[in-house]
Amino acid sequence: MTVELDAPPRATPSWTRRHLLGLEDLSAAEIETILRKADDFLEVSQRSRKKVAALTGRVVLNLFFEPSTRTRTSFSLAARRLSADTVDFTVTGSSTSKGESFIDTARNLEAMGVDVMVVRHSSPGAPHLLAQHLNCSVINAGDGAHEHPTQGLLDVYTIQRSKGRVAGLTVGLIGDIAHSRVARSNIHALTKLGARVIVCGPPTLVPPTIRRLGVEIAHRFDDILPQLDVVNLLRVQFERQRKGLFPSIHEYAALFGMDSQRLRRAKDDVLILAPGPINRGVEVTPEVADGPNSAILQQVTNGLAIRMAVLYLLCGQRSAERQANENAPVRETAETP
Amino acid sequence: MKTLVLANGRVIDPSQNIDRVADLWIRGDTVLGIGPQPHLIPDQVLDVSGFIVCPGLIDMHVHLREPGREEDETIATGTAAALAGGVTSVACMPNTEPAIDSQAQAEFVYLQAERAGNANVFPIGAITKGRRGEELAEIGGLVEGGAVAFTDDGSPVVSAEIMRRALEYCKMFDRVVMDHCEDLELTRGGVMNEGFESMRLGLPGMPAAAEEIMVNRDIILAELTEGRLHILHTSTAGSVDLIRRARRRGVRVTTEATPHHFTLTDECLRTFDSNFKMSPPLRTQRDVEAIIEGLKDGTIEVIATDHAPHAPEKKTRELDQTPNGVIGLETLLPICIRSLIEPGHLTWPQLIEKLTINPARILGIDRGTLKPGADADVTVIDPNLEWVIDPHQFKSKSRNCPFAGWKVRGRAVLVLVSGQIRYQYPENPLLA
Repeated sequence: MTVELDAPPRATPSWTRRHLLGLEDLSAAEIETILRKADDFLEVSQRSRKKVAALTGRVVLNLFFEPSTRTRTSFSLAARRLSADTVDFTVTGSSTSKGESFIDTARNLEAMGVDVMVVRHSSPGAPHLLAQHLNCSVINAGDGAHEHPTQGLLDVYTIQRSKGRVAGLTVGLIGDIAHSRVARSNIHALTKLGARVIVCGPPTLVPPTIRRLGVEIAHRFDDILPQLDVVNLLRVQFERQRKGLFPSIHEYAALFGMDSQRLRRAKDDVLILAPGPINRGVEVTPEVADGPNSAILQQVTNGLAIRMAVLYLLCGQRSAERQANENAPVRETAETP
Repeated sequence: MKTLVLANGRVIDPSQNIDRVADLWIRGDTVLGIGPQPHLIPDQVLDVSGFIVCPGLIDMHVHLREPGREEDETIATGTAAALAGGVTSVACMPNTEPAIDSQAQAEFVYLQAERAGNANVFPIGAITKGRRGEELAEIGGLVEGGAVAFTDDGSPVVSAEIMRRALEYCKMFDRVVMDHCEDLELTRGGVMNEGFESMRLGLPGMPAAAEEIMVNRDIILAELTEGRLHILHTSTAGSVDLIRRARRRGVRVTTEATPHHFTLTDECLRTFDSNFKMSPPLRTQRDVEAIIEGLKDGTIEVIATDHAPHAPEKKTRELDQTPNGVIGLETLLPICIRSLIEPGHLTWPQLIEKLTINPARILGIDRGTLKPGADADVTVIDPNLEWVIDPHQFKSKSRNCPFAGWKVRGRAVLVLVSGQIRYQYPENPLLA
């Protein structure tokens, strides 16, 4: 791969969006554009000098209203590798505790000259609300149980890199489907790219209406396990669900946890994913998480490339266009009467 | 006494089965009659040909927010909004701060309404003290203060025992008990209707069952007590069915539907716009169709707005943190026309009936009719006037309208309360 990323970036014609709010709205072509761009940036991550100049002078703000280490760090690092300035703003005991609304908080921060706002919030739709009220680009880094588009992208990207394709594979999403934004973003991306998706969990955590998104529903992990090319073990969202949806962690782990016994019944080359943070011993046992089928750490590496690709497409490309416009000669004005 | 004639309008008065082009004569504050009055010479004649002349509309489900939440609405602004919507009488809900749970509170509402001098206001008293659902409020005192009905609206009456005793106790005053039917355990944390849309948006849902379980409980209690029950804002196909069957076997149960519940569905929430968030929530197309069917076959006798103002700063927030409710007084007529008249679901007399004499009968108030001697509350409607809904033009203090930007047809152009012109549509050349 010999892409000259330090040179002024070439425009990618199939990308026109200003925000990334969810994968439901994206076309398969747009998802593929992001994945192709991620290939370029994965190469950057392997260099010793892991930096390109694409977003020099741009400001990326991580506005997190929910705790996060992985996603926030990944976005920060992605922005810095693109030479953007980054600011992290985590709201716990900050302005919202003084009564300021979250829109006001975001508008104030935007007024400091922000180009991209990466937003995580416990309320579905919060990034959409900001996209309406702000002029900068907004990236949804997880909104309640709605979507987590970059996680969905990095999951399909990891599948594609490991399996060479997504179309035609059977992917199992296991566990707390009802409260999982990762499940929704995965479903949108996987179905658009032609995978067969089976969601599997206790009926209290799998809304039956999800079938209408083009997925199959199962409740017994062991029945579907042998068919799966990919197993994505979703975290139990203790913070988002009410009590009493399953009797105990112990029973959940027994029914839906991925352990070495289950691994033996799966396909030899089954790919194990987990969006993390994983509850070891609940969704997945340590020997599986750290075993040869696990791609959990590749997901993290790939996530960085995906986030660089998204930042680049939303912001870098537009800034390249803007630069081109700024440098363009202004002869039309003289000719207008 | 001054005599006024509204001449050549289409007079629709379902209380007398009247629907014909005629003159409406008003003397002083009362109706003189419909049709020629040969021995009288009017002081003023207004030509209202091409317009509908009907009894002043009654909205039996309105939140005026005063006392306690005057940033959202006051009795003065809410009744001004009522007039602009063609509504001459509102029944206001007791979920104020403090709640309308005593005679003095009810009298305060009348006092403020009189000071405002807009539409008539009939307070609805709380069933329980402080709307806490624990012990009955002084219902006798509230009746004395003018409360026309009883409800803890905003909240359901959780205890079946309290609901039973309320239905029994109110029989003594022949007042109706109204319930906001919601099983709070099933809806806890809910933001919208539970179904495909809530699943895809990742928003906690409120299942239809939460409403229907409570509707069923209340019907059974009405049967037990032979009390009068009114189910507020019916929103699901299952509720309509339960009420229809109960009415057939003679249970004294009535119900109402709101314009938003027979016009919009939960798909509106895809925009995450809190102006589509209310309780009960917007349901599915199937529920919309069932409500329209209920309106057609008479199961649902009343259309009411559940006008629920919230100041913009409360509604412009994360969807799950905004309060429930939308305003409705100033969009009542055009939305009814669009959803019910234009598709041919209801005739004009059927619609007017659900907005006049039916709510008047349920509340036991002497309004909603143009019979000779009745208070001259009159609404004149231009059914063809086209306009665009712009909440910034509203008289209401709040802007939480789910129909902003809609191009609609029909509005009140002249509104009389007790013979006095209290509102006229500004562009109306009629009186210029």
